Amino acid sequence: MSRVLFPVSKPGAGAVGKTSTWRWQKPVIDFNKCTKCGLCWLYCPEPAFDINEEGFPIVKYDWCKGCGICYNECPVDAIKMVSEE
Amino acid sequence: MSITTRVKKVLTGNHATAYAVMQARVDVIPAYPITPQTTIVEKLDEFIENGLLDASMIRVESEHSAMAAAIGASAAGARTYTATSSHGLLYMYENLWWAANARLPIVATFVTRAIGPPWNIWSDHQDIFTLRDAGWILFMAKNAQEAYDLTIQAFKIAENPNIRLPVGIGYDGFYISHTSEPVEMLAQDEVDGFLPDKSNIKPLLDPENPFTIGNLPDAKFNYLIRRNMWASIEESLEYIKKVGYEYYLLTGRNYGSLVDAYKCDDAETIFVSIGAMANEGIVAVDRLRNKGDRVGHLNIRLLRPYPEDEIIDTISNAERIIVFSRAISMGKGGILFTDLVDSIYRHRLDIDVYDVVVGLAGVEVVDNDFIKLYNDVKDGIFDKRETIFLMGGRYV
Repeated sequence: MSRVLFPVSKPGAGAVGKTSTWRWQKPVIDFNKCTKCGLCWLYCPEPAFDINEEGFPIVKYDWCKGCGICYNECPVDAIKMVSEE
Repeated sequence: MSITTRVKKVLTGNHATAYAVMQARVDVIPAYPITPQTTIVEKLDEFIENGLLDASMIRVESEHSAMAAAIGASAAGARTYTATSSHGLLYMYENLWWAANARLPIVATFVTRAIGPPWNIWSDHQDIFTLRDAGWILFMAKNAQEAYDLTIQAFKIAENPNIRLPVGIGYDGFYISHTSEPVEMLAQDEVDGFLPDKSNIKPLLDPENPFTIGNLPDAKFNYLIRRNMWASIEESLEYIKKVGYEYYLLTGRNYGSLVDAYKCDDAETIFVSIGAMANEGIVAVDRLRNKGDRVGHLNIRLLRPYPEDEIIDTISNAERIIVFSRAISMGKGGILFTDLVDSIYRHRLDIDVYDVVVGLAGVEVVDNDFIKLYNDVKDGIFDKRETIFLMGGRYV
């Protein structure tokens, strides 16, 4: 039996805890404008997006760091960055 | 042709290493050329081309990538080997630490060469000592035979499931890497019997059971990774000794102890040095012994883990030790010296130790240098606290 400690972990959401505590602004999606193109989901580096049954992107705020890439990529300006209080 | 019986051939240190790597049946060799290491991987490529070695040679664009590919291959469970020198080692540096922390049993040869600028291809030990604290098990061979022998042993040590650390074998560029000497090689079936089955290497990468390697843990887990590595490398001393003893039983060669001591038993003065210059130190011992002086030489063949008990046993009756380092910690002293005085202090030994820095940038170190230091130390010309610089027979 090996006594060696390996720096490995099971991949999965939150393997290292919540990664949103330092966020100072958050993306908020206007579902009236959203075309369900999925670019926000595709470009999110975390990834902090799910797609719901209707095909809309949903932000997982426990993992979203507020980087704003989705806001930059959204082709129809359906995402606004809103300041955290 | 494959080596079916024991055979003695005239080989350079680099070709001796390549034969050992071939006989170890490595799977993957990511390689990037740099003098004086290059002829190792060239020879291995030749073995692959000639059908003597069934391995993948990955030709990468840099040493950083060479070690990255080695990490990937080793994490997948492949027996993995690479080699580098000097600036190549420094370019590989980040991933050399990565390989150690990820506990990957990679074996590498570090053919020592000075670090520039100014540009220099000759040997000193500054490059390999940058790895001193990383978690690599480090050997320093003093001739082509040791390069061969230690390479065979390295795979067995690295792959022990309780050790799982990368192992590096160093030897001096050109003095050993490109100089031909007789080397006795084992028969292939002897190497096969000596080394563990490659399937024992536990893969970290397994598509059926995926893991992330090197994810961001909390700091205490990270601390324990290093603490656990300390325990493994400390415990590895016993296993390294066991492997050396098995190799001694197989070959009759001098691996029964973790240190390579020469005429130290009754010595009043002991020289300490490593690598190619150790041979000069041994010649100096014989010359001084012919005049009746009680002198010995201690070659610290295993740099990490530091075989402190064997070293202390060897030196404890000496009156003075003169340590020749071919690498310096700037602002502190010769690296072999600082290692040794630490152990001497921990064991509260009352021995005078002298710190001599020689052979930087490949300046030749010869038997007369050892004899000069011996005479000048006996004449009491040095303050024991100073670092002595001897270059080509004169103090500088």
